[in-house]
Amino acid sequence: MELLSGADMVVRSLADEGVEYIYGYPGGALLHVYDAIFRQKEVTHILVRHEQAATHMADGYARATGKPGVALVTSGPGATNTITGIATAYMDSIPMVVLSGQVPSGFIGTDMFQEVDMVGISRPIVKHSFLVKKAEDIPEVIRKAFHIAQTGRPGPVVVDIPKDITDLTKKYEYQYPDKVKIRSYNPPAKGHNGQIRKAVELLMKARRPVIYAGGGVVLGQASDLLTELARKLNVPVTNTLNGLGGFPGSDRQFIGMLGMHGSYCANKTMHHSDLILAIGARFDDRVTNNTEKFCPDAKIIHIDIDPASISKTVTADIPIVGPVDTVLENMLRQLDEYQGSQDDAALAEWWASIDSWRERGLFPYEKGEGILKPQQVIESLYQVTKGDAYVTSDVGQHQMFAAQYYRFNKPNRWINSGGLGTMGFGLPAAMGIKLNFPDQDVACVTGEGSIQMNIQELSTCLQYDLNVKIINVNNQALGMVRQWQDMQYDSRYSHSYMESLPDFVKLAESYGHVGMRVTRPEELLPAMEEAFSLKDRLVFMDIQVDPNEHVYPMQIKDGNMCDLWLSKTERT
Amino acid sequence: MRRIISVLVENEPGALSRIVGLFSQRNYNIETLTVAPTEDATLSRLTVTTSGNPQVIEQITKQLNKLIDVVKLVDLTEGHHVERELMLIKVRASGPLRAEVKRTADIFRGQIVDVTSSVYTIQLTGTQDKLDGFIESIGQAQVLEVVRSGITGIARGEKVLSL
Repeated sequence: MELLSGADMVVRSLADEGVEYIYGYPGGALLHVYDAIFRQKEVTHILVRHEQAATHMADGYARATGKPGVALVTSGPGATNTITGIATAYMDSIPMVVLSGQVPSGFIGTDMFQEVDMVGISRPIVKHSFLVKKAEDIPEVIRKAFHIAQTGRPGPVVVDIPKDITDLTKKYEYQYPDKVKIRSYNPPAKGHNGQIRKAVELLMKARRPVIYAGGGVVLGQASDLLTELARKLNVPVTNTLNGLGGFPGSDRQFIGMLGMHGSYCANKTMHHSDLILAIGARFDDRVTNNTEKFCPDAKIIHIDIDPASISKTVTADIPIVGPVDTVLENMLRQLDEYQGSQDDAALAEWWASIDSWRERGLFPYEKGEGILKPQQVIESLYQVTKGDAYVTSDVGQHQMFAAQYYRFNKPNRWINSGGLGTMGFGLPAAMGIKLNFPDQDVACVTGEGSIQMNIQELSTCLQYDLNVKIINVNNQALGMVRQWQDMQYDSRYSHSYMESLPDFVKLAESYGHVGMRVTRPEELLPAMEEAFSLKDRLVFMDIQVDPNEHVYPMQIKDGNMCDLWLSKTERT
Repeated sequence: MRRIISVLVENEPGALSRIVGLFSQRNYNIETLTVAPTEDATLSRLTVTTSGNPQVIEQITKQLNKLIDVVKLVDLTEGHHVERELMLIKVRASGPLRAEVKRTADIFRGQIVDVTSSVYTIQLTGTQDKLDGFIESIGQAQVLEVVRSGITGIARGEKVLSL
């Protein structure tokens, strides 16, 4: 058997796990590991400029590919800088493994230089964590970390590695385990047959059914099955923010995103439904509005791999715990065998209502005179990329506009921090995707507030030729904060405006990239086309938009799902 | 409503902090907590008493089950069970009170486990109510110090919580 040092075992285990890229930043506690990285070729390390970006790169990669992303950071501040990234992944159930250096075992607890209790600090935001005790344990711990991160409901796993364990002078027998067994961890492999039968019966008998599909469909790689089911039943489908792309956005049966900034049609359909089939969604507060007024006539079938997500905020009538794909396969099979037929007349009537709600357009807005609207930016992005780009976003108005106006027809293309709402996520996430899909268009839709939260990564982009397109929807304000201040605080703009903005064009140029400024509506489309024609350059498009635009529709606080502001003056 | 949840966890460092952390992170109550290794050295058994409406209790058990270190758990209060708490109580016992304290301890089936000329230390086991009742009978003024183990429990009959 081969003899390896602890440091070499860390890197080799990653290679044996099939990891191609890791994102990280060196430091004292990791110097042995970085030496091991230097001496091999299987795993490529990408040097970020801030550890938060390493986690978001890993996250972006994971969301686009379904495979766990890997970050490597040193002890102390290196580790604490990953916390936002880990929490981001945790909230959206993204598989990720974060390897952190730690002070030598014998010094843990002595407040040594760059010591922090990483396992403790990260505890509430990880699926699990390990503190490696012995070098011999490294392969098994890493194997377990990857297993836990990507099975069941995925999530981030931290592996904290004390420096002495990676000592280059001490060598141990290395073998990467084929299998892993954790007696206390057995995620469900399939749903309960009888529950699925009951669900099928309800679906066949429903007069006003709707499918409410979330990020679990994307994570569970069940988009095709969802589409098949929806077509077979002729049921309208709405997606959550994180579910977008899980059902084709251009499909006739798609009624738009639901929730706080969801379409009038989706929220109306939900509210008036008599049966909700919730798939991989978690009845989040940004969807339900007031849970006591939530969809009063609807029975709820809830499919989720995590039993704790079921009946957490809204009680399910038929809970089905299991992986979305196997549950949907079973459901489709049982539908085929079902004796009886749907009430076609009721369904036709239901579709007539839905189409009447759809008539006003899913997301209507008024174009301005001589001033660009942020919505137009996304529409032109959609047009130029033919709906086929990977689109990441930061957080705020631009995120909602991207979700509303870019119609995602494929899963894993829409990459945003839905649960935690992390500003600074978009650029590094886009970088993680571009690195792995160099021939694809990758756009980061951002704002002048968010982009400044990880703008240092423009340097990483230059180093590794990560030619993403940055679509900076610049309204010179923290738009979403400003919108709430307009609506609830008599337009008292407490710290929601951005003074002293940099010249983003020059800034991009100083990092060695292409900067473009767009100020007038007629300049937008040609500039967008030019940006995407520059395949081998990062282009930073600073697009000046109307600072007074709001995101609509918007649910009215404490109301039901379809109590909405439809514009600044019009409400339901 | 008070619940007793009994949990088998991997006897790993950090397992307890994950469980305790879960309660504070999700705003659940811990009223009492006991934990010790079992006859199988790789497992610890933890008993936590908590309170909440049925939805909250359901979430607590589901969230606990999600922790990787948690092997199995049972809500003992869902069925017939035996619950016990151990109390050591130091009581002033001088003059005419001395005999009275002894008598009360006997009534409650307590044992005097340490004696000085002015103090009895009494060991008492039972339900929470019984221990509360004893303190009340002795009278707060006579009580010098109380230490209680927290509740532990086991299901009646054939039902067992094991691997």
